[in-house]
Amino acid sequence: MGQLVVSPSPHARSSVSTPNLMYGVIAALLPALAVSIFYFGIGSLIVTLTSVASCVLFEYLIQKFLLKQTPTICDGSAILTGLLLAFNLPSNLPIGIIIVGAAFAIGVGKMAFGGLGQNLFNPALAGRVFLLISFPVQMTTWPVPQGLATNYIDAETGATTLNMLKNHFGNVADASQMFLGNMGGSLGEVSALALLIGFGWLLYKRIITWHIPVTIFATVFVFQGILYLADPVQFATPVQHLLAGGLMLGAIFMATDYVTSPMSVNGKIVYAIGIGVITVVIRNFGAFPEGMSFAILIMNAFTPLINNYIKPKRFGEVK
Amino acid sequence: MEIVLYSVIALGLLGLVLAAVLYVVAQKFKVQEDPRIDEIVALLPGANCGGCGYPGCRGLASALVSASDISGIKCPASSAETLQKIGKILGQEVVESEPKIAVVRCNGSCQNRPKANKYDGAPSCAFAATLSAGDTGCSFGCLGHGDCVAACRFDAISINPETGLPVVDETKCVACGACAKACPKGIIEIRNRGKKDRRLFVSCVNKDKGAVARKACTAACIGCGKCAKVCAFEAITVENNVAYIDFEKCKMCRKCAAECPTGAIHEVNFPPRPPKAEATEEKQPVQTNA
Amino acid sequence: MFKTFKIGGVHPEANKLSAAKAIVGAQLPKTAVIPLAQHIGAPANAVVQKGDKVKVGQLIGEANGFVSANIHSSVSGTVSKVDLAVDVAGFKKPAVYIDVEGDEWLETIDRTDALVTEIKDDAKTIIGKIKDAGIVGMGGATFPAHVKLSIPDGKKADFLIINGVECEPYLTADHRLMLEKSAELIVGIKILMKAINVDKAYIGIEANKPDAISKLTDLCKNEQGIEVVPLKLKYPQGGEKQLINAISGREVPSGKLPIDAGAVVQNVGTAFAVYEAVQKNKPLIERIVTVTGKTVREPSNFRARIGTPVADLIAAAGGDLEASGKVISGGPMMGKAMTNLESTVTKGTSGLLLMAADESERAAAGPCIRCAKCVDACPMGLEPYLLMQYSQRQMWAEDEANHIMDCIECGCCIFSCPAKRPILDYVRLGKNTVGKIIRSRKQ
Repeated sequence: MGQLVVSPSPHARSSVSTPNLMYGVIAALLPALAVSIFYFGIGSLIVTLTSVASCVLFEYLIQKFLLKQTPTICDGSAILTGLLLAFNLPSNLPIGIIIVGAAFAIGVGKMAFGGLGQNLFNPALAGRVFLLISFPVQMTTWPVPQGLATNYIDAETGATTLNMLKNHFGNVADASQMFLGNMGGSLGEVSALALLIGFGWLLYKRIITWHIPVTIFATVFVFQGILYLADPVQFATPVQHLLAGGLMLGAIFMATDYVTSPMSVNGKIVYAIGIGVITVVIRNFGAFPEGMSFAILIMNAFTPLINNYIKPKRFGEVK
Repeated sequence: MEIVLYSVIALGLLGLVLAAVLYVVAQKFKVQEDPRIDEIVALLPGANCGGCGYPGCRGLASALVSASDISGIKCPASSAETLQKIGKILGQEVVESEPKIAVVRCNGSCQNRPKANKYDGAPSCAFAATLSAGDTGCSFGCLGHGDCVAACRFDAISINPETGLPVVDETKCVACGACAKACPKGIIEIRNRGKKDRRLFVSCVNKDKGAVARKACTAACIGCGKCAKVCAFEAITVENNVAYIDFEKCKMCRKCAAECPTGAIHEVNFPPRPPKAEATEEKQPVQTNA
Repeated sequence: MFKTFKIGGVHPEANKLSAAKAIVGAQLPKTAVIPLAQHIGAPANAVVQKGDKVKVGQLIGEANGFVSANIHSSVSGTVSKVDLAVDVAGFKKPAVYIDVEGDEWLETIDRTDALVTEIKDDAKTIIGKIKDAGIVGMGGATFPAHVKLSIPDGKKADFLIINGVECEPYLTADHRLMLEKSAELIVGIKILMKAINVDKAYIGIEANKPDAISKLTDLCKNEQGIEVVPLKLKYPQGGEKQLINAISGREVPSGKLPIDAGAVVQNVGTAFAVYEAVQKNKPLIERIVTVTGKTVREPSNFRARIGTPVADLIAAAGGDLEASGKVISGGPMMGKAMTNLESTVTKGTSGLLLMAADESERAAAGPCIRCAKCVDACPMGLEPYLLMQYSQRQMWAEDEANHIMDCIECGCCIFSCPAKRPILDYVRLGKNTVGKIIRSRKQ
């Protein structure tokens, strides 16, 4: 027999590991990717592959040559960032712009803060918002769903549902079509159904808890409901707002990002209410038709504060 | 024009009132601090090593200023010259003490002390010491996780990758004692640097009986007492199966080191030992010098 | 509906390999090495010398103060020496070495199997007998039982909780005891109830032991005030605070003892030892030890004398040491990894677990991804990731402000961590240091 190993208890570990959580989330995104390819065709596939490949490559290069670490691209976090970034982009975005976005997401959004676990803001959203303010035209021309289209840059474009709702024009798709994803928008955000399937998977695998997504849904529903009841002509229905734009994608996959969301259950609820309220305010009163990305980034900034002030309920707490 | 005038008057008055308030508040809450504290802090190394026993250099400075007799309070990391300067500021005599250095009293290198089990936990001596007696048969020796290295503010101690034991850099060590305090096994001792930096010490703290200690480590002190017998100056005591050389009494004759059956007594910075035949002649001058 | 505690908890694989194995008596050792410090508190003072003849049950170590326990000889023979012996952690502690000759018991001990149900003694005598018998918490904590049963002035116990949870994976000693000594156990519980003057006792058993639950429930039908409470499977339900919470809904206030919530908790093993001590006059000289693991050919439950070398028990169960990388005294969640196999069975040895070589070493730790799994898993509602960071940076004041002293060291944080970080290592380091700081402040 070799030497006995002496380590502190516990000697048992759960089978959950960081890579397996990351790949779990990636698996949860696949239905939405499939729907996206179905509606937006080849463009969606090109954007996704470019984004994932460049995120992984930038992470590798930065770790290897700038930070002189052993690259950890196999843990799946860069793949996930790439996938989420792609999901927030229109499917006709030129490849060059995607690469710039990926460089920003990984380089500034993640590695500049110290890599996995250290970043203050969701890297994919940081990349997306960077592109949105750097390339406002390209980032807001949305292809219309055509069903397995084979054109990429030259796809037929149209307005997103949120834009129509805000500025009162065009024919807004009915709720069931919106639920399936048959509307214009970023490539991964359109199908509420596919995203909810992913949500179910995440809950089943215990990768995330229900608190953040459900609280966001509830907040948006209630707040938008109040606005709608106050003035049904000016404001859209809460159901339309739940299904349109990046709300589902943001609430299920972006707001629940481990690194940038609060640790305690109560903290998560406060954070989610904040996201819901800010989203509704931006969507109804702000300059942009969509406010999910900004709402999440703003609440990301509040996360350290929330962690500091909202603590989990302790056992046997003496008041 | 009137507007300008009124604005200037109004703002001017406001400024005066606020200045008065600020002045009153500043006077009322003024912290009276001895100006000598700042002077002393400027002289201290500023590493906040805690070797003096006070919270940082400023803590030591204020303790020095408020003490009536400073003989027991001093910065172990400062040179004699600096200490004299501090004494001058305070108008007190500073008694010069022997320069000191940290000494690692364990020789349980990988060859001397074979591993008996494999530690697989946080790399912290303080924690490993609570978990088990260590990964060798010796429950007194160095654990090798480097708490001393982390504690040193002067970059003066490092783990030798070959032996797995800490090594003190003589040029950098200021004998602040942070490493000695950090070591959960208490194997680091602050000893006199000695003349020409020559030192003689028992590099082992194993309190086990001779046979047990020897089994765990070939370089262990087995408490045989040969060194104590050979010592002409009563500098060596054997207690709990381990010998200790009192550096105040030791005259550096090195007889004990020659006598030690396990080589647990270490000689530092001595010239190489002459061949055996001349040994007795050589020792004579060393003794008379001392 | 099964009850459970309300905050945190994890679900490690149960792996109760030896659940169906009846308890068998282990062979007497050739030499018994009986440590004098087998409990929390001061070590006992040896009262025998080299050359003394001793019988089974004879006092060989006298309790040194109130928080200490008597030590009795578990074998008959000659004391060969009183010397240091290596414990599981590799430290050398005083022990009595006895060369075994035959198996001669003190005449005062009733060795028959007859069930003695009538409880003649009053509370004071009972506690006195428990103290004399050297009984300690048999779940592994080894806190002297008489100290726990001596309720301080001004406090009152409302009920007794008997801990039959055995939430540690692999271990089955308590499970087998509940099945095989149920009647004795019930008498033991009644003795304990009398000792602390309560008329209600609950036996908490986890749902993965349905046979024990049904057997004890049947027996309790005829008993006044003893109730079996089936509990949902969740670790660390066997922790005192968690068990009180699961059964009664009460919370032991932070920094206080179970008695402050009106509860006294004792392990089933302790209750059985109390029965033997009070009714049969038998001191604590043996205990049930589960020898198990995936590299053990015949996972078994042994009734072993205190002082039996652990190597003997491992050999008796067919433990394959070649294929094992780690031997644990206790269960996989809170047990101690042994540095050597020279130590012997003590009052707290609930099990010997052999881990396969490939499961023995920890996986490399990655960066914290702030997934909050440790926060969700912590049964004390702490933030383990934060305590670890503070301890790593030696920020002891922050550790204390974040209630590091509430940590029960159950290991749920490290169990659930996907990045395999050594969270609890650093939390323990912080707890030790903060504890020292608090003690020095009180002086």
